[in-house]
Amino acid sequence: MKHWIGALMTGALFALAGCQDAGGSEDAASGDDDDRITINKDPYPSTYEAISFNPVLITNAIILDGEGGFIENGSVLMQGGDITAFGADIDIPDDDKLITIDAAGKWVTPGIIDNHSHLGVYPSPSVSAHNDGNEISAPVTAEVWSEHGIWPQDPGFTRALAGGVTSMQILPGSANLFGGRGVVLKNVPGRSVQDMKFPGAPYTLKMACGENPKRVYGYGGGRFPGGAPYSRMGNLAGYRTAWAEAVEYKRKLDDYLEDGGDPPARNLELETLVGVLEGDILVHMHCYRADEMVQILDLADEFGYEVTSFHHAVESYKIADRLAEAGVCSSMWADWWGFKMEAYDGVRENIPMVHDAGACAIVHSDSDIGIQRLNQEAAKALSDGRRAGLEISKADAWQWLSLNPAKSLGVDEQTGSIAPGKDGDVVIWSADPFSVYAQAEQVFVDGALVFDRNDPARQPVMDFELGQPGEGDAK
Amino acid sequence: MIRFIFLFSLALFTAAGSGLAQTYAITNAKAWTGTARGLIEGATIIIVDGRIAEVRTNDAALPSGATVIDAEGQWVTPGIISPFSRVGLVEVNAESSTNDIAAGSSSYSVALKAADSFNPRASTVPVTRLDGVTRLVVAPNAGDDIFAGRGLTANTSGAPGSIMDDDAFVYIRMGEGGAGIAGGSRSAAWARLRAALSDARSFPARYLAHNEGDALTRVDAQAFGAASRGDQMIMVEAHRASDILTLIAFSQRAPQLNIVLVGADEGWLVADELAAANIPVIVDPFQNLPASFEQLGATSENAARLIEAGVITAFSHLGDNTHQSGLVLQSAGNAVANGVSHDDALAAITIVPAVIFGMDGLGALEPDAIGDLVIWDGDPLEVMSAPTQVFIDGAPQSMESRQSRLRDRYLGMEPGDLPYAYKRDQE
Repeated sequence: MKHWIGALMTGALFALAGCQDAGGSEDAASGDDDDRITINKDPYPSTYEAISFNPVLITNAIILDGEGGFIENGSVLMQGGDITAFGADIDIPDDDKLITIDAAGKWVTPGIIDNHSHLGVYPSPSVSAHNDGNEISAPVTAEVWSEHGIWPQDPGFTRALAGGVTSMQILPGSANLFGGRGVVLKNVPGRSVQDMKFPGAPYTLKMACGENPKRVYGYGGGRFPGGAPYSRMGNLAGYRTAWAEAVEYKRKLDDYLEDGGDPPARNLELETLVGVLEGDILVHMHCYRADEMVQILDLADEFGYEVTSFHHAVESYKIADRLAEAGVCSSMWADWWGFKMEAYDGVRENIPMVHDAGACAIVHSDSDIGIQRLNQEAAKALSDGRRAGLEISKADAWQWLSLNPAKSLGVDEQTGSIAPGKDGDVVIWSADPFSVYAQAEQVFVDGALVFDRNDPARQPVMDFELGQPGEGDAK
Repeated sequence: MIRFIFLFSLALFTAAGSGLAQTYAITNAKAWTGTARGLIEGATIIIVDGRIAEVRTNDAALPSGATVIDAEGQWVTPGIISPFSRVGLVEVNAESSTNDIAAGSSSYSVALKAADSFNPRASTVPVTRLDGVTRLVVAPNAGDDIFAGRGLTANTSGAPGSIMDDDAFVYIRMGEGGAGIAGGSRSAAWARLRAALSDARSFPARYLAHNEGDALTRVDAQAFGAASRGDQMIMVEAHRASDILTLIAFSQRAPQLNIVLVGADEGWLVADELAAANIPVIVDPFQNLPASFEQLGATSENAARLIEAGVITAFSHLGDNTHQSGLVLQSAGNAVANGVSHDDALAAITIVPAVIFGMDGLGALEPDAIGDLVIWDGDPLEVMSAPTQVFIDGAPQSMESRQSRLRDRYLGMEPGDLPYAYKRDQE
């Protein structure tokens, strides 16, 4: 631990910046001294702007609303970027600009939200210069932010778009105990990552259980600073040490805001952890084994924070009742297993078993290939669950792809289902999206058509692909 | 199907691989034959003594003593063949003690036989079988030599003796991966391959005077002998169009070689040349990203374009080829979504790999074929479908895996006299 503390002393030279940020003024409001220094909590703000598009009416569609609802023949209306109406029978506005799409025989769903992606931080091509997803210089790097490693030109974003993915969380990797902050993006190409940032989405924190941290550090034979953790014991000690420091740092910040005096030196790592303790930053924790997840729930209780979702969670089926009780989501694959010891007990019914226990189930990808067909992953899990006797409807299963991940990212007020007032993040599928033959035909983000399988003008080509074999090809 | 499975639940372990004379009649099948007969609705498939005796649609009496299985109108296909996998070579990839895929520290190369490592009882074998795969092509991976060693073919029964050919092909890694291993460039990889070919073809004469060849040791040169004469297949991994053209040029200078190409993400760019050279390919229809500079032209229509050009094309799931080789069916379904016909996609995972690898009697439902078949609960290429029963060599196979045992242990947990974790399931 000493190494990273040392490294952060440099950062501490930057005492609390005197930034009078309106958006981050919550802390200052509690004190009466107007000179009190506040920290800008949003120094790299979203510059995302929805693409301007005419109002759209989709008619005659088979609709899964993402909240468990199913309409056999319905319409969805999007105006001003938002869903304004949907249902079997809606009032059609009198608007010359209204674009009507007859979706007879087609299915309409909310856009897929992948809450575990490394697009941009591990982009294509995966050359050495592009390894920006794991700051493996220390086991605790809560101070790094995935958005600072994202290459917005990753062609993978466009392939995910063609798979109906409208939002995603980009996470740091799982080498570290605390890997850093994740960020939520709208899947619309931008020149900078800020152009893609989901407006108003909270920050997240990536943490990791188990084999990865102890392999990268302890097994590294001292190649990386620290040498710890070497064991799962070291993992827990590492989390606890960091949280204890965060609790102490929060106390100093609170004292300063209450009583004034010298502000505590800025500490980017602890600011992230304090954000978790204050409930502003959501914890997403890579954890495979059931017994470890149960220990992490105790860890969170010990220091007074919440785990929002366990990721990979291949053994969630063993403790689905406890996860339901704790109100923690599991972000899972349909069928990955066996690539390491903690993945050895993976079963194909994990997702439906978690769902059946009343816990929050999410289908995630962690893959630039898997993200392109998350609907198929949900379909596999659904059918395996049904064969095991778990009766789950397709309408309910779609929650695994949209509303539940939206909840896990704190954006369920804005997106994740087809509901009036929500963002116009909608996909028209050529057929039942639980079929391998279905393809996303048209994808809308904030009411704008951002992908159209039948219109090359609505199929973005990244800078990297220009002048290369296959530029603009069917992907 | 429920009734059938119940009937066989006791017989499975004795029937599998026992070679006992058994007659089965699968009735009311939607049989995809993999032959000119195409798809036959209402078919009856008769299996006698491990082989398919007949695929018919008439009402003739069933053979006496036949065990009758009503397929209830569902799909029946030949057993699926995974034309490129590493099933049975590893339990847990990250645990080197369980991982026999590659041997970077070995002083041997071509002499490495994957068959020596293959474990028919590996937990991945039944998992793959439960996806409908009855036959595996298993390749080693390259360690620190472009020559990874020799691969095998096997069935997925998990029984002793499940290896069909323990010396089926030599696997060679070219392209970016091969360049890195060979010393830093594609030129180095090709120089090594050409030198090795020369060593093998002059074995043993060259080695009478010297223990070492230009590229291969005595043992490796001997192991490369059959392939160098064209008596054994050479499987080459390459992706970039220019690498494939180099391979074609190489094969034209050594026309005796029997080459199959695996990977070929840019194969569509040189599809006509591949067809003219009669080099079959094994592709992964999922690959559509410029994941490296040798895959810039990757497209999900690669498979369709290769087939359209007349290239003999098989599909594999190259992503996780150790634990999820069965995803080859999902790969094939995605190929259909991207332009391949349903027939061609099924052929690419049955009869085509059987032809490529010379697996006589496999990949088709026809008289005298080996009794590998799968009864499905829907379209085999659909992600929501699964096998209800798998036959290998004419015998119904266990539909259990370690995964299904774990599932059953935790499914519908109810508090009992003992804690949840205190269990001993009975097989």
